[in-house]
Amino acid sequence: MSEVIWGLATSHVPSIGAAMDREKTADPVWAPLFEGYRPAREWLAGHTPDVAILVYNDHANGVDLDVVPTFALGTAESYRVADEGFGRRPVPDVTGDPELSFHLLQSLMDEGFDLTVFQELDVDHGFTVPLSVWTPDPGEAWPCPVIPIMVNVIRYPQPTAARCYALGQALGRAIASYDGVRTVGILGTGGMSHQLAGARAGFINSSFDHMFLEQIARDPAKLAALTREQYIREAGSEGIELIMWLVMRGALNAQVRTVHTAYHVPASNTAAGLALFDNRPG
Amino acid sequence: MSSQIRPDLPGTYVFDGPTSRRGHAMNRMFMSLRAEQARAEFRGDEAAYCHRFALTGDQTGAVLEREWQAMLDLGGSIFYMYKLALMDGHSMQYLGGVFTGMSEAEFQAAMLAGGRTDV
Repeated sequence: MSEVIWGLATSHVPSIGAAMDREKTADPVWAPLFEGYRPAREWLAGHTPDVAILVYNDHANGVDLDVVPTFALGTAESYRVADEGFGRRPVPDVTGDPELSFHLLQSLMDEGFDLTVFQELDVDHGFTVPLSVWTPDPGEAWPCPVIPIMVNVIRYPQPTAARCYALGQALGRAIASYDGVRTVGILGTGGMSHQLAGARAGFINSSFDHMFLEQIARDPAKLAALTREQYIREAGSEGIELIMWLVMRGALNAQVRTVHTAYHVPASNTAAGLALFDNRPG
Repeated sequence: MSSQIRPDLPGTYVFDGPTSRRGHAMNRMFMSLRAEQARAEFRGDEAAYCHRFALTGDQTGAVLEREWQAMLDLGGSIFYMYKLALMDGHSMQYLGGVFTGMSEAEFQAAMLAGGRTDV
């Protein structure tokens, strides 16, 4: 039986990765963001799981608009870091865990989540930036194998927040019924409030973000009850990415211990948030 | 049944089915620009490159003139349009400025001041 030991929610803004890759993390404009990450990184460095599952969305790099899976799971042995058009990030490719992927696929299918399967997938900043938030200096390899779960948050209608939360709950049960590893970490990524296009570009709603940071720990069902229209209105057209935090949260216990939260405006056009939860009992 | 089910928020583009259909050829063209070889071909003859991807006349005109707002209106997805912006050396803050009637520096300053909270 495998145990989810932690859940990490974090924004995946590309410029956060670029700031690290170009060694600008000490610049005045970036230093507060990375200072906010420090306690979470220190805790995570002492709690490396056997495998991690990362919930993210692609941004026109691994997939295009010909086929848009609502929920998808990677079953590959490894995932290449995508070249998004300006050269790939100087970070390691990602090792997968096909055996666990196949178990998750079957278990989630049996629970009624009909996932698309990626036998091959290039992962973009939506995936690698959260890995860098977790592990700033991976060296030759990330700390453990990582399995991608991809969610469509770009093409309307996105899955509902309630469906994302339910997927997370089923994911938690699937992990609990697996004997192949001992410990699992789960990352939910994206957000917080931001909007890239249109006359409302640059929109930030820090009161919504702070409400979300508090309730994701205490009352995620309340966030799962919000409609996609409410997410788009309150968090911006790209802020709806926050529904992916609910997949992570659904896989955790009802009661979690908050290790650390951080919030910073801006990471380029986005409100950047982080929340780290210890899921171990007691 | 109404087809107007998506939220109608002022100043907000919701990339729904009809929009995706309208912009499909153009977004495919943007997607292709991830490869250096494609970027070289595009630079060589932008109009011919757009024609190869079967963009409409309006879409081709918007691309050639770098009318970012028009690209949105013609079905462009911001994540796909961004491939062209990157090629031109533009940031997402530059595009934010275009959409909001600000210079890039003004838009950056607005973000550094906490973002646009009154829209």
